[in-house]
Parts: sequence; structure tokens; C-alpha cells
Amino acid sequence: MKVLVPVKRVVDYNVKVRVKSDQTGVDIANVKMSMNPFDEIAVEEATRLKEKGSAAEVVAVSCGVAQCQETLRTAMAIGADRGILVQTDAELQPLAVAKILKALVEREQPQLVILGKQAIDDDANQTGQMLAALLDWPQATYASKVEVADGKVTVTREVDGGLETLALKLPAIVTTDLRLNEPRYVTLPNIMKAKKKPLDTVTPQDLGVDPAPRLKTLKVSEPPARKAGIKVADVAALVDKLKNEAKVV
Amino acid sequence: MTILVIAEHDNAELKGATLNAVAAAAQIGGDIHVLVAGSGAQAVAQQAAQAASVSKVLLADGAALADGLAENIAAQVLAVAGNYSHILFPATASGKNVAPRVAAKLDVAQISDITAVQSPDTFERPIYAGNAIATVQSADPVKVITVRTTGFDAVAAQGGSAAVENIEAVADSGLSSFVGRELAQSDRPELAGARAVVSGGRGLGSAENFKILDPLADKLGAALGASRAAVDAGYAPNDWQVGQTGKIVAPQLYVAVGISGAIQHLAGMKDSKVIVAINKDAEAPIFGVADYGLVADLFQAVPELAAAL
Repeated sequence: MKVLVPVKRVVDYNVKVRVKSDQTGVDIANVKMSMNPFDEIAVEEATRLKEKGSAAEVVAVSCGVAQCQETLRTAMAIGADRGILVQTDAELQPLAVAKILKALVEREQPQLVILGKQAIDDDANQTGQMLAALLDWPQATYASKVEVADGKVTVTREVDGGLETLALKLPAIVTTDLRLNEPRYVTLPNIMKAKKKPLDTVTPQDLGVDPAPRLKTLKVSEPPARKAGIKVADVAALVDKLKNEAKVV
Repeated sequence: MTILVIAEHDNAELKGATLNAVAAAAQIGGDIHVLVAGSGAQAVAQQAAQAASVSKVLLADGAALADGLAENIAAQVLAVAGNYSHILFPATASGKNVAPRVAAKLDVAQISDITAVQSPDTFERPIYAGNAIATVQSADPVKVITVRTTGFDAVAAQGGSAAVENIEAVADSGLSSFVGRELAQSDRPELAGARAVVSGGRGLGSAENFKILDPLADKLGAALGASRAAVDAGYAPNDWQVGQTGKIVAPQLYVAVGISGAIQHLAGMKDSKVIVAINKDAEAPIFGVADYGLVADLFQAVPELAAAL
């Protein structure tokens, strides 16, 4: 079984972004970029499926600028066998990415696509579900446990109030949640090995996809700031404030 | 212009998040219909019919819709989608699961997690964990939207008198099947809609120590929450997680205990009305958003606070 894992290059988790003064977006010049954390979990899960013998090959895909190659190398250092860069400088929105991935799925014929549940830049939480819809495949989002057997994937999902388990016929789409696994530490020898793994580059046009954005961003602004309040001396003072000033207890 | 709101429910009860989505629909303007897709969900349809601002309830009742499978629910929405200018889902786990499937099938963009309506085609939504607010405009013929419930005050649950219309339920897709569900049993209010929330962070130190929050939550009638760090460390279940990748809450009172205040956590709670932080580190970023900060050892302060209330 082949597993396809899309990975996104995003502003690193630890960077606090700043809105540009002209309100056209956030300033990502000279900030650290990394693989979207949920995508790292997806690569780890696919690699584990391969190590368990459930998967034969893991293919990582990234859509975007040339530097997404670095993200693909990271995926290959974790354990992906090869990478595909769908290179474009255009702004990519989830529907366009889903269409690109659909074209690649038709070309590569994976049985399973594992994606992060959301990217921490646009916080959209759409691509996996959209890809499932375009392919008419079943989906299991927010996975905390994935088991592949007998032409099915059984997925435990994080839902409001607890967990639920679904069985999907393969081929299928799974999106990852935090507790699915803890991605391994990438070692130097694996980073070196990853440099020699194959990386193909195609364009959205090669795949017959028009990536034009559907949503127009009119402006990006700072959220209203919350003012810091006061420090209270002790529990008694806190109770007094809550009762008599905030009147919430 | 007619707007369809997809009801959040468990086949027995209409969930409050639906009423926040109806409120967003009311701001867009136009007739508001609610779709209840479920099995044995007549009571839910009756509840939806009583909600303010709703003019019609569509009830699709069938076995394939019993467990909220995305493939079937999306097909049900698509069966009626042609009649609507906007399709709104509450941004809950199930709404976020299904909405993109509907949008992709309609070949339209989805607008996720809107927090404000500027016009029928222009909306505000947080990006980068709420560190920026994007104003986006959609030129698509149908707007598929998920509504961040904390962005809109719920419409009244009572007072409406919409008609309930039964529609044909879709057949099962055969692609996926429901195996089981483990929902936490709790007498506490649901985290997303609670009036008060008591959340613990890594400062609690262990799952055992999290129990120190119980008496305080009991006194406040609060739901329990946790930071991602606490969930990652295994101190608290994932469905307690408040933050960018967990639940977004905006209670009247939010008590953050042993939480440092990473931006990803603040993203999930900074719209709370009153924020209290208890942390022994006076420099913790949580104090930058707290109305009342108490620099203290939580293991002493929390029991003392519970006793004093």
C-alpha cells in the first residue's frame, strides 16, 4: 500500500507573527519556517505504518514556493521515501490544494492519504475533507489512533466530549490530531540520507489545476488587544474582586 | 436570500452552538432555515422550530444519518443546497468535519471560523492562532461558512414558531461505518458553552494533581479545561484542550491555573469576560491578559479559593 502525505511549510510554531502596517497580511520575511506540526504527525504515522509492514511506500507532497523543498527533506528525514514539490508562487487556498492533491492521487494511486487536521497559519481545517469529497473517498478527521487491516482503516477520532471510532473502506483520507503520535527526533544521518532521496517537481498547470484563490483578503488587522489587569495580593483579595468588582461569583 | 444553518445535535437535544450559528445567519440577513439531519431526531426539530429567527426547519430522518458520518451528512446538505445563498455550520468538531466536504462538492471556497459578518459576502476570521484578523470576501455563488460560536451571542432558544418540513433522508454511502463512541460522563457543563471554566496547565504536574481543580469547579459550576501542554503531558483528556487547536471558549469567568499562557492557549480563551490567573511565576505571559493575577503556589491557592467562595 502506498501512503501519500501532504506537508505544508508554515511560520514556525514558536514565532509570534506581526501584522504588516499596510494591513495586507502578516510579515513573514526573515521569520523561521517549519513543517506544520500536524503534518509532522502525519509523516510520522505514515512512517510507522511502513515500519509495521502496513505500507510499502510513503510519498510526501508539498505545494508552494521552491523553499518547500526543505519541508519535503524534513519529511524524508522522518521517513518518507520520496517527495513531490508542486511548485508555484501563487497564493494557495485549501480548495486549490485539494484539487492539486486530487490530481496527484490519480497519478500516484495511493490507498491512504494522511494530512494534518489544520495548518497553523490560516487555521482553515479544510484540505483533507475537501480532498475526500473531490475523490468521493471516506474520511476520518482528527485521528488519535489509526489501524490498517483487511482493506479497511479503523480510526479513533477526537470529537467534542470524547472519542468515536469509524471504519473506512480503503482508499481513504485520514487527518491527524495531536495525540496520534509523537514525531521522532530527526537524526543527522537521516537528514543526510534524506538529501539523496528522489524529489520531483511539477507545477499546478502540469496537473491541469487552476490554483487561483477564491477568497479575496481585503485586509489583515491586529486583534483588539486585551489590557492586562492587576495583580492581587492574596486569595482573600481575589475573592473580594470577583464578588464586588467583576461580580462574576 | 435564504440561509441554511446545519443543526448540531445528538438526536435527542439541539446543541447550543446551533443558536450561535443562527445568530450569525441573522446578521447576514434573510430567511433562515435549519436542517436537522439525524435519526429519531423529531425532538431536535421541534427544539429548532422554537429558536428565534428561524422560519423553517427541515428534518431529514434516516438510519444513515444516526451517527453523523461526514459522507452521509454532506450528501444530505448537498441534496438541498441548491436553494440557499449561504450554508452555515457551527464550528464544532462535527461542523468542521462536514462543511469542507460540502464546499468542495459545490466547488466553492469555505470560510472557516467567522467571528464577524461585515456584509453578506464579507466576513472576519482569525488566522495565526488569533494573532491576526483577516477580512475576506467571497465571490462564490454559495457561501459555505463555519461559525465560531464565541463570536456571536446565541439567539433565544424559545419564542419562535417555525414549521417543520420532513424531507427525504439520503441513503448510506457505504464508504464508512460507525464502530463506537466513548463520551466522557460528566455532570459538569460542556466546555464550549460553560458560564465559567477552570483550566489547568503543566504547573499541575500530574493527572492526579488535576483533581485539585474539582472543588473549585464545583463551587463555580464550571467546566474543566486544560492547556495543550497539560494534554500533551497526559494530565488531562484531549477534549478539555482550550486553544488554537482545541476548543475556543469565551465564558463569563475563566480561571487559568498553572498555565503559562502560550499564544496558542491565549487564542482559545482571550475573549473571556473575566480572566483570573494563578501562577507562581510572576513573569508568566498569562498575567498579560488576566484581569486578576495571583502570584502564588497553586497547591495552596486553589483549595483556599474554593473554600472562600
